[in-house]
Amino acid sequence: MQGDVVLSMRGICKEFPGTKALKNVDFTLRRGEIHALMGENGAGKSTLIKVLTGVYEKDGGSIHVDGIEGETHIHSPQDAQNAGISTVYQEITLCPNLTVAENMFIGRMEGPVVHWKDYDKRAASILTGLGIPARPRQALSSCSLAVQQMVAIARAVDMNCKVLILDEPTSSLDEKEVEMLFTLMRDLRGRGVGIIFVTHFLEQVYAVSDRITVLRNGELVGEYAVKDLPQVELVAKMMGKALDDMAQLEQFDQKKAPGQDVVYEAERLASVNTKPFDFRIRKGEVNGFTGLLGSGRSESVRAIFGADRVTGGRIRVKGKDKKIASPHDAMKSGIGYLPEDRKRDGIIADLSVRDNIILAMQVMKGFFHPMSRAEMAKFVDEYVAALNIKTASSETPVGSLSGGNQQKVILARWLLTHPDYLILDEPTRGIDVGTKLEIQKLVLKLAEENMSITFISSEIEEMLRTCSRLIVMRDSNIVGELTGDELTQAQVMKTIAGGGAEA
Amino acid sequence: MLSKNTAPNLKVREPMTDAQLLMTITIAIFVAMYGLAMIFMGGGFLRTQQLFDLLNDNAALIIVSCSLTIVMIGGGINISVGGVIGLTVMACALFLNDIGIQNSGLCIFLTLLLALGIGLAFGLLQGFLISYLDIQPFIVTLAGMFLARGLTTILSVNPVKVTHEGFLTLVKTKATISWLGYTAKNGNLIPAKLEIGAIVALAVVLLVYLMLRYAQLGRHIYAVGGNQQSALMLGINVKRTRFMTYLISGLLSGLAGFVFLMHKPAGNASVAMRSEMDAIAASIIGGTLLTGGVGNVIGTFFGAMILATIQKIIALSPLNESWWQEMANGAMLGLFIMLQSVILSNRGKRGKAKVQAAGRE
Repeated sequence: MQGDVVLSMRGICKEFPGTKALKNVDFTLRRGEIHALMGENGAGKSTLIKVLTGVYEKDGGSIHVDGIEGETHIHSPQDAQNAGISTVYQEITLCPNLTVAENMFIGRMEGPVVHWKDYDKRAASILTGLGIPARPRQALSSCSLAVQQMVAIARAVDMNCKVLILDEPTSSLDEKEVEMLFTLMRDLRGRGVGIIFVTHFLEQVYAVSDRITVLRNGELVGEYAVKDLPQVELVAKMMGKALDDMAQLEQFDQKKAPGQDVVYEAERLASVNTKPFDFRIRKGEVNGFTGLLGSGRSESVRAIFGADRVTGGRIRVKGKDKKIASPHDAMKSGIGYLPEDRKRDGIIADLSVRDNIILAMQVMKGFFHPMSRAEMAKFVDEYVAALNIKTASSETPVGSLSGGNQQKVILARWLLTHPDYLILDEPTRGIDVGTKLEIQKLVLKLAEENMSITFISSEIEEMLRTCSRLIVMRDSNIVGELTGDELTQAQVMKTIAGGGAEA
Repeated sequence: MLSKNTAPNLKVREPMTDAQLLMTITIAIFVAMYGLAMIFMGGGFLRTQQLFDLLNDNAALIIVSCSLTIVMIGGGINISVGGVIGLTVMACALFLNDIGIQNSGLCIFLTLLLALGIGLAFGLLQGFLISYLDIQPFIVTLAGMFLARGLTTILSVNPVKVTHEGFLTLVKTKATISWLGYTAKNGNLIPAKLEIGAIVALAVVLLVYLMLRYAQLGRHIYAVGGNQQSALMLGINVKRTRFMTYLISGLLSGLAGFVFLMHKPAGNASVAMRSEMDAIAASIIGGTLLTGGVGNVIGTFFGAMILATIQKIIALSPLNESWWQEMANGAMLGLFIMLQSVILSNRGKRGKAKVQAAGRE
């Protein structure tokens, strides 16, 4: 093994029933580098990470870690820790009911008795050293997500890890917090830690990484130095095809003028989580709610769908007064809603793809009008094909699909009910570039077919590309509405920041 | 933002956590309830002996509530504890009568070992099934409860009275604390008396408190109950930790059986019937969450004392019927759970508002 290589994985194979998740993958990590691991959903990134951290057992191949003679066998997260491999996952894997200091030391404390004072002191000095704004005795649940993540990193660092895996660490952080995290990552790189950085955000890869390894369909595409791989090429490598799709989408950009009929109209609508607001959407229109995380954009659409308790306001659907107090009312009025948190509000992981797709339609029909199997199969097959959902069969539990495909399943669920008005809350979060484009295209296509759509995304470019009208929110208030020429990133930023003309 | 960050100060007083708040409420309710009883019922409640009697009568409940708290913090449940107490009481009573040599200290010691052994056996078996074979704790311990009750009936259908003299002496042995006593009408000083079982129960509360707070195992139990997946990722042996909670719970149930026998030296098939439900109620009133990760035996102790006080008040009032007692317990539990959720949700809102206010600055 060469001197500066801290981790080398050779010929890693992993098979799940029905799929080969990893085929002969090599991966090399050097001391003091930030190495991005890229690939679309289902490309095998997570599987590779889980093999490395002992969550999955590999079926073939070998792992060598610097400083350990011969092959390193990793059968459990504990083994990985002992080998100097630490992981910080997207979902915080700390215990919220314990203190910050405890979270840093639990599972590796010495002796049967816990010396709180010592651990608090050590935690304090580590937190200060790394510039992490947390107090040792603070309950972890009282820290922001970003700080929780940093506490997890601090724990890893204190364990003298040689390999630090950051699995989608930035997906729930705002810009300032991402910058804090990057500062910490660069600091650690300077101390000789090898960092594996898994993310969907291309800009972030270029902001912080030294090297990129790309996977596709469980196979290694290649390893590149960041400076030798322009962003466009990276995307092409991840998708395995040239990027004419991007161009295709630009053509769609000729957003057609929406019709004049107002499909949905709300006056002074308010829920327990929103302030009263007015809102209307026309037939075939794509509009968007934008604003920072927590600005009330999701809460607003939840109010429209009746997902939060509505406290006031008048609603007209297609000109008729309607009362929408629950999601069921909304569905009956022809409104569909794809929730922000698909794990919590959307999919039912243990049910099959078919059952998940049929769900909303079955609710609409009423449970006393069961559908025949053949009927279900027809619908499901149609939508699985139309949305290009990658699944072994329609019987597969949704939980075993990749994130992007889960999202498509929920989308299929709502499309099947043929709503007049579809609300998509962050449909593209946490899914790969290819699927993102597919979903954007689909949104525009549905609008052409006269469906009204509200589209919410954290990525402004995405919204600018799809929406013909943007509603800008700040602190639960609508602070601006942008159309036509105003739909530029600069204008959106200005409006969010409070400089907009209409604000 | 980073530059403004000063060194974390260990002297900063952290705001009270939800768990601490819940426990404080429990203690406050107990004090208030006992205080009201002193004012309105007077009599016995004005004497220390009344408090001691609550401890004497409920020693077994306190111990078994601690055992349940441990399991519940670890995210599990154990409803076999009442059955195990019943079995232990019966087995020990028969052992003392049939095999016991009168007046032998060794014999009593062996009985204690038998009690702990029965508890341990249940703990080992149930812990193994739950943590290593990953079977639902509710089902495993439900089966355990039936098994224990069945075994009790097999041992003896008829009630058994302990006739072992040495043991009966032990039953009568009480710690007397004269300065906490009171002066009777005839001028005699009657000292306050505490039974051995009550002292054992207090010791168990203290030991379990220390274990949960300062032993690695205790912290692991909190971690596992807080988030099992995270605990695994943090390098905690989740299976062993869960196993240990059931093992300790079993052992404490055996001990509770022995303490029960020391308070009432007789066994029958329905001894400690449904005491698991009282223990769960005591834990919940004490601020332990059924979802795991939050709880404290000090709270549980006061939870058990609240139940005991209700029982006493009703026994001394004209409503002395068992259904009043149960309804009062039920009402108390319901009231407490509502109080908990109202307070916690208000706190959550206030916390959020604070964060938002800070964000706007």
